[in-house]
Amino acid sequence: MTERLTRATLGTLPARRRLEERVARALLLVASSLAIVVLVWLIGRTAAIGLPLINWNFLTATQSRFPAKAGIGPALLGSLWLGGLVLVMAVPVGIMAGIYLNEYARQNRFTSFLRTTIANLAGVPSIVFGILGLALFVRTFGLNQRGAGILIAGALTLAVMSLPIIIVATEEALKAVPQAMREAAYGLGATKWQVTKDHVLPYAVPGILTGTILAVARAMGETAPLILVGGATAIFTYPSSPLDVYTALPLQTYNWAAKPQAAFRELAAAGTLVLLAFILTLNLGAILLRSRYQKKLKW
Amino acid sequence: MTPLTTPRRTRPDSPPKKAERRKAERPAGVAVTAPTALQQIAAEDVLFRVRDLRLWYGDNEALKGISLDIPRNQVTAFIGPSGCGKSTFLRCLNRMNDLIESARIEGEVHLSDIDIYGKDVDAVMLRRHVGMVFQKPNPFPKSIFDNVAYGLRLERKHNKADIRRIVEESLRKANLWAEVKDRLDDSATGLSGGQQQRLCIARAIAVRPEVILMDEPCSALDPIATGKIEDLIHQLKQDYTVVIVTHNMQQAARVSDHTAYFYLGDLIEFNPTKQLFEQPADERTEAYITGRFG
Repeated sequence: MTERLTRATLGTLPARRRLEERVARALLLVASSLAIVVLVWLIGRTAAIGLPLINWNFLTATQSRFPAKAGIGPALLGSLWLGGLVLVMAVPVGIMAGIYLNEYARQNRFTSFLRTTIANLAGVPSIVFGILGLALFVRTFGLNQRGAGILIAGALTLAVMSLPIIIVATEEALKAVPQAMREAAYGLGATKWQVTKDHVLPYAVPGILTGTILAVARAMGETAPLILVGGATAIFTYPSSPLDVYTALPLQTYNWAAKPQAAFRELAAAGTLVLLAFILTLNLGAILLRSRYQKKLKW
Repeated sequence: MTPLTTPRRTRPDSPPKKAERRKAERPAGVAVTAPTALQQIAAEDVLFRVRDLRLWYGDNEALKGISLDIPRNQVTAFIGPSGCGKSTFLRCLNRMNDLIESARIEGEVHLSDIDIYGKDVDAVMLRRHVGMVFQKPNPFPKSIFDNVAYGLRLERKHNKADIRRIVEESLRKANLWAEVKDRLDDSATGLSGGQQQRLCIARAIAVRPEVILMDEPCSALDPIATGKIEDLIHQLKQDYTVVIVTHNMQQAARVSDHTAYFYLGDLIEFNPTKQLFEQPADERTEAYITGRFG
């Protein structure tokens, strides 16, 4: 055996395995570089065109026939309203539904069927939710015009679209809570609700927050369902109330991008940048909240 | 002490349908529990009276009709090879198995003459009287103080001074006070494994249970930490009834007054510890304790 312990046998990997190692590393590197390069190039191009156009006037002005005067004021306000309403309508329901499914519901065929259905809903294209919103909220509930709550129809549609994502994220976060934690509390005579609120939720909050904010951010970036349920692609005045006609950042951007004039298309780039900043801020908020919660638990 | 029985409803246990059929399938004469074990403990000393307890995980019968009496203010140890049902049996005593949806239970468990699976017993209240310490130390990711105080705060009937006093008293009883008194606000997860396990014991006794169930409490600990827990078990006996599951036969011999040997879901022998280890009544017990198998 000892003659195998030479510098040559210990020092070099057999050629075939060395090749394999190099090829694998190279392929993985190329794949990740490709993704990053494309992303950086896209953002870079958009920023190069849009950044010089962003100023106070652009952020506050309404749509105009003249590109130099046009702005995203109403769209920004509309997006904020939509986001706020989705947060209020979908997040509590989604989190509670996730808690029920994971902590309370019996694990039988019916609940596993429900679970699969919800997971599938999370992957349904947003346009389908737009059609649902059109049929249900706009046509049946009559949320169809200025004053009748057309913005509410948009928010409801986005909320329904976000629900499955929030439920799935909540369930995943809850599943990651160690069973030992639950047993420790049950062993002391805690009720299910006490176990859930004192131990399971604090442990799962970072995961729930991340998933939830991502869902809201995704909803705020949606265009297709809003077009179907009556979001305007351009309005020339600020909406006067949450029941008024509205537009949103992605809608306004879509409107500009579809225009023939180059000046408007450049505004689309600026709108995109604002939307990106918006969503990045939300994600940053998620990260901050997450780290604050993790500090509160004493690891 | 809060009453064990409450007027609150509990979910009625669905009667196991397969059970009747299974009883018939069981070959006669297998695993007779040692009748002597039941007679040796005077009736007034019995805390848990278990009769023909059966438990299924799905279709798998994990406990095949266990009957035994657990004496008050003594240490009772359950030994046996992995998968013999000793932990499952332990978890029947505070209805921890209720948390496992596939588990189905049949038979009787009486705690001081109260049928703990009866309709008038709430598992939540039961667990305040039958505390539990787990195999792996599982402190909450909170401060040392909050860990011990948690059980007390569940009922919102103690004031701050009471809680402080009981926390100190529980930590003293768990032989941990001297080590943690200056850092009660530090995270419990920063303690060593042995300290964490003693903290879990302090946490369990803070709610003043009658019984402490211990599921292999030393299996994750080094010999020194194990020694400290064993000393503690000796002390706890004065105030509590201790039931301990252990893989370690020397440990059973050291800490317990009575020992039950489980094998494949049956109770093979239950006798005073000295007798079980020195003159086992059943040859399967003898084979196990002499290391011929298991």
